[in-house]
Formats: sequence, structure tokens, C-alpha cells
Amino acid sequence: MAQSAQLNASILKKVAMALSGIFLITFLALHVSLNFISIISEDVFNEASHFMGYNPLIQYVMQPVLAIGVIFHFVMGFVLTAQNSAARPISYAKYNGAANASWSSRNMIISGLVILAFLGLHFYDFWFPEVAYKYVNGTAPDATRYYGELVHKFHDPIRTGLYCISFVLLGFHLWHGFGSSLQSMGMHNKYSRFLSKVGYGFAVVVPALFVIIALFHHFNN
Amino acid sequence: MKLTLKIWRQKNAQDKGGIVDYPIDGIEPDMSFLEMLDVLNEQLINKGEEPVAFDHDCREGICGMCSLFINGEAHGPDRGVTTCQLHMRMFKDGDTIFIEPFRAKAFPVIKDLVVDRSSFDRVQHAGGFISVNTSGNTIDANTIPINKHDADKSFDAAACIGCGACVATCKNSSAMLFVAAKVSQYALLPQGKIEAVDRVLNMVHQMDAEGFGNCTNTGACEVECPKGISLENIARMNREYLSASLKG
Repeated sequence: MAQSAQLNASILKKVAMALSGIFLITFLALHVSLNFISIISEDVFNEASHFMGYNPLIQYVMQPVLAIGVIFHFVMGFVLTAQNSAARPISYAKYNGAANASWSSRNMIISGLVILAFLGLHFYDFWFPEVAYKYVNGTAPDATRYYGELVHKFHDPIRTGLYCISFVLLGFHLWHGFGSSLQSMGMHNKYSRFLSKVGYGFAVVVPALFVIIALFHHFNN
Repeated sequence: MKLTLKIWRQKNAQDKGGIVDYPIDGIEPDMSFLEMLDVLNEQLINKGEEPVAFDHDCREGICGMCSLFINGEAHGPDRGVTTCQLHMRMFKDGDTIFIEPFRAKAFPVIKDLVVDRSSFDRVQHAGGFISVNTSGNTIDANTIPINKHDADKSFDAAACIGCGACVATCKNSSAMLFVAAKVSQYALLPQGKIEAVDRVLNMVHQMDAEGFGNCTNTGACEVECPKGISLENIARMNREYLSASLKG
């Protein structure tokens, strides 16, 4: 007699992890595009940020969906890591993981934890002040403040350094995560091989752009 | 060759076990790894000590019985071979070699380097078969036309010998490559499509129940597999499972 598919089946968890990862990758593309405007035009960056900050669809629909996606991806990552650790109660005395798998694929939890710590700093720097500005203090909208707030955060070399390190780890996370999500969703053909190569490019270009943006504002101001 | 062997010794399933050092001399580079262990055991027996228990059967790379995690890799440093096909020329004179059992919650140690891999049998029993009427009027499988491409893919998947190297080498102790090979070998053939929904749901359910970990697509299993089973099979099983979830 057939078992029915269960929500906690290992394959469904993989697919859920993959879908949330793809969703976050899409968000990253949007985020880096917006941030990159800041090194091209202060006015356009302010305008775009103001639109993002006060558009009801983005604020009350997309932002909660994004928050759920982020929380789900992290919680599921911890749950899967705990289950995987339990699947080998006694470790090997000698384990040569580098012989058959890349560092990024074997250490997603490490790169993920660095990204989680970075998100804490990032929320402290930008999201909490934004929420306080709009909803706690009830300050009137000011469409010219965003560029100044961004630049101000990158005065501190330690903060800029922490951001850059986090972006490098983000690159490692994406390096494995992009192709892995396609495999988890059952794609393994010429199209997924092409998309995986696009993913490698994404894993290099997006974090590199974030690093460039951070360093630009640090040294330019 | 003169070597230092660091071998996992464990009296029984309840014993805590630990690594024991064995210096050994006079090993020929053309000996197989198992023959080297035979030499060690002969020396241990002559000294009145307990020989090292390890799995082996055909010693021709066919049966998948020999296991062993050697210097941090399933079946040792060579590629596309089982431990019985691993030769001592892969090591250097004076080397220290770690020899451990395959480690996984679903592969409990019975003694020394021998592990219980019957969890694979239970996964196979859950759906790794086709139901055929054997009452005397069985139709010859060759009468059913099969696309050559599918037949080749199915045969490649069927080459899995169920040795457990995929589980042993995976950092998560995942059995996805093994189960995927068993699902794929039938999913690609017309005879296997009839029970495809039940098969993948039952086998994945049993795989999870046995306590194997989750696949994170590191690809280590494919690299260490002595039969070169491709990750493509895992993707196929994921598709089969998603499709079956909607139907079943």
C-alpha cells in the first residue's frame, strides 16, 4: 500500500529550501540593482528608495512575504542541519571532505550563519531606524534623506569591512545554492547546466557589486 | 612497504570502540587493500590476538560487500573502485592509514569495520521491484520496445551495487543516490511505470524512516560511487516524488 506524500518528507523539505532560496536570490538581484544606483546618481537613488519605502504594495505585501521567506530559509536550514548531524552520531576520525566536494557546498551552514549575523547588523543599521522613523516617531516623509543615511553608515572602516566579509561569504553561499536549488527541484539537463553557469556568474557579480558599493561610499565620502 | 594502520576496533554493537595503531611491514605495492588486511590478520592470529573483522565477498568489485572508510574517503583515495580493487600502490612507504567503518545512524557497527547495511534492504523491499505474474505465462521483456536512450539510462542506474559508499561519504549520511538509482532504473522502463507512484513514495518514506540525512547536493556521493551513479538520478527521483505527491 502506498505511503502518501508527507510534508516532512526529505525531498519536500529540499524543494521548499530551494524555492525559498530562489526567491531570496531574486530579491538580492533587486537589492543590488537599487544600491548600485547610489554610486551613479544620488537623486535617482533617493527617488527609488522613497518609492520602495512608501509604496503600499511593497511595504505591506512584499516586505512581509520577504520576511517570511528569510525566516523560513534560516529556520529550515537549521532544522536540516540538526537532522543531518543526527544522521551520523559518531564522526569519522579522519574525513577528507575536500577530496570530493567544494568548500561552499560543505559549509552552507557556516556561510549561512555569517549572512544571518550580517542581517542582524544590516537591520540594526537600516531597517530598525527606518521603522522608528516612519512608525514610532511618525516623522514626515523626506524623499532626500536616503543617500545621506547610506553614506553615513559606510564612514566606519570596521562596519565597511564587516559588510565586505559578509558579501564574500554570501558569494560562497550563492555559488553552491543556485545550482543546488535547481537540482533539488528536479532539474538536471542542458538548461540547468546553463543556468548553473549563470548562477556561478551571479554568485561572483552580485557580492562583488555589493563590495564595490560599500567601498565606493567608504572612500568617496 | 612499511605502514602504520590506525584501525577502528569495536568488540560488538554495544562496545564504545576506538582507534588502535598497528605497525605493519612487508606490504607489496601490488597487493589489494583487503590482501593487506589479510596479512595483518594473519600476524594478529599468530600473536594470539583477535583479527580485525571486515566485510568482503567477491573481491572483484561486483558485489559491493567490502566497505571501509580509508584515509577519510569511502573505498579510499582511488576513483571508481571498491575497496577490494584498491591497491597498495595508491599509498607511499611510511604512510599512516586511517581505516574506519562506514559511519551513519542507519549503518550501525556490528563489529570492528563491519556495519549493518540492512536498512538498504528495507528501502529496496519498500518498492524497489516490479510485480510480475510468474504463473507460467510471463511475457518476455524483450517484446516491449524500449527507447535506447532510456534503456541505457536505466542500465546505468541499475549498475548500483548498494555498497553504501554514497551514505558513508556524504557529510549528511544521505542515501539519496542509492534510492534514486533504484527508483530510476524502473522509472525509465515501461514495466516500472505501472507502480511508479507507489514505488517512489514508499521508498522515500522508508529512507526517511531509517534515519538517513537530507541531501544537500554536495555531489560527494557521485565522486565516490564505485559505479559512477550520476546525480541526474537524484534529480529524476525528486521529479518522480513531486509528481507522485500530486497523484498519490
